[in-house]
Amino acid sequence: MSTEAHLLIIVLAAAVIAFIIHLVRSRRLRAKYSVLWFSIGLGLAVLAVFPGLLEWLSDLFGIAYPPATFMLLALSFLLVLVLHFSWELSRLEDRTRALAEEYALLREEVEERLGPRAGDGSG
Amino acid sequence: MTSRPLVIIPAYNEEESLPAVLKELAERTPDYDVLVVSDGSTDRTAELAQAAGVHVATLPFNLGIGGALRTGFAFAVRRGYERAVQFDADGQHDPLAVQALLDGIERGADMVIGSRFVEGGAVTYEVSGIRRRAMKVLQWLVKVLVRQRFTDTSSGFRAFSRPMLEYFAQSYPVEYMDSVEALVQACNAGFRVEEVPANMRGRTGGAPSTRNLKLVYYYVRLLVVLLVSTTSRSQRARRTAQRDGEDGEDQ
Repeated sequence: MSTEAHLLIIVLAAAVIAFIIHLVRSRRLRAKYSVLWFSIGLGLAVLAVFPGLLEWLSDLFGIAYPPATFMLLALSFLLVLVLHFSWELSRLEDRTRALAEEYALLREEVEERLGPRAGDGSG
Repeated sequence: MTSRPLVIIPAYNEEESLPAVLKELAERTPDYDVLVVSDGSTDRTAELAQAAGVHVATLPFNLGIGGALRTGFAFAVRRGYERAVQFDADGQHDPLAVQALLDGIERGADMVIGSRFVEGGAVTYEVSGIRRRAMKVLQWLVKVLVRQRFTDTSSGFRAFSRPMLEYFAQSYPVEYMDSVEALVQACNAGFRVEEVPANMRGRTGGAPSTRNLKLVYYYVRLLVVLLVSTTSRSQRARRTAQRDGEDGEDQ
């Protein structure tokens, strides 16, 4: 690998880590995700600094083309992540639904006691 | 507990047909309590229902018919209703036909489905060729799944017993085209499901909620349900055993 490419990858990995730190510091990323992304950022950084590691890993798996090893790892990770998000979204939707149903039932009770306009919020 | 049956009407933007439906219910079946679940309606559905003097639950946004029904079931459970009926807001169900469904509950069924196609059911109800074929496939699928034959798996004219209401208040399927899935779920959980003939009329307003394109998605979903239901057989066995135990005590 050329020195320029090596430098570029190191800079990119550093930028990713800096961005993650920024998100966590401003509390826009939940702690449970920050750990996950920090590990990913760290992994990227290690691979960027020691490209030989990727070649060693490829040899180990019998993969002739090292970037393919990287792609494989990246894709597997993304797949698991997207699956996790789908699960989380389903759970969130369930909770939103439950809240909406509870709201409708409580509003019905309030309106029954205080008159039809009471639950409206408009006065 | 109250002996009055509850009529649950899920309604999404049904201001055109709802007032007439409520009026007919009030006139013909004054012994029924009525709950309209306005499913995130943006028209005057909730307002008109309020004016008619029935119970109104207003969902803050559209959940789809499954969510609206589940809200209705939860209402029935909390207010102590022993029986409830699912009723359409578009006027295609006949208030006088409700009693036939409730009779089924009296006979010990947990869910009674008003069928358009069983002997004695509606002859006036017309379905297009594609939908008729789709319904045939569904009928076959359900038969394979629950080993019981139903002629009208997607009918939205149903009555529920108290245990069924309690079960559905927790776990009624909330995604698109809930009725077939609910039927399979109830059977698999060991509830007794019956079918009785029921007359249905043409719609008095609004547009049907099913599009042919969505039926494809509906089929795929059902296949998933089929796979899932094979894993919940043990649940069915458990419930049946429990029911037999209860029956034994009664005798």
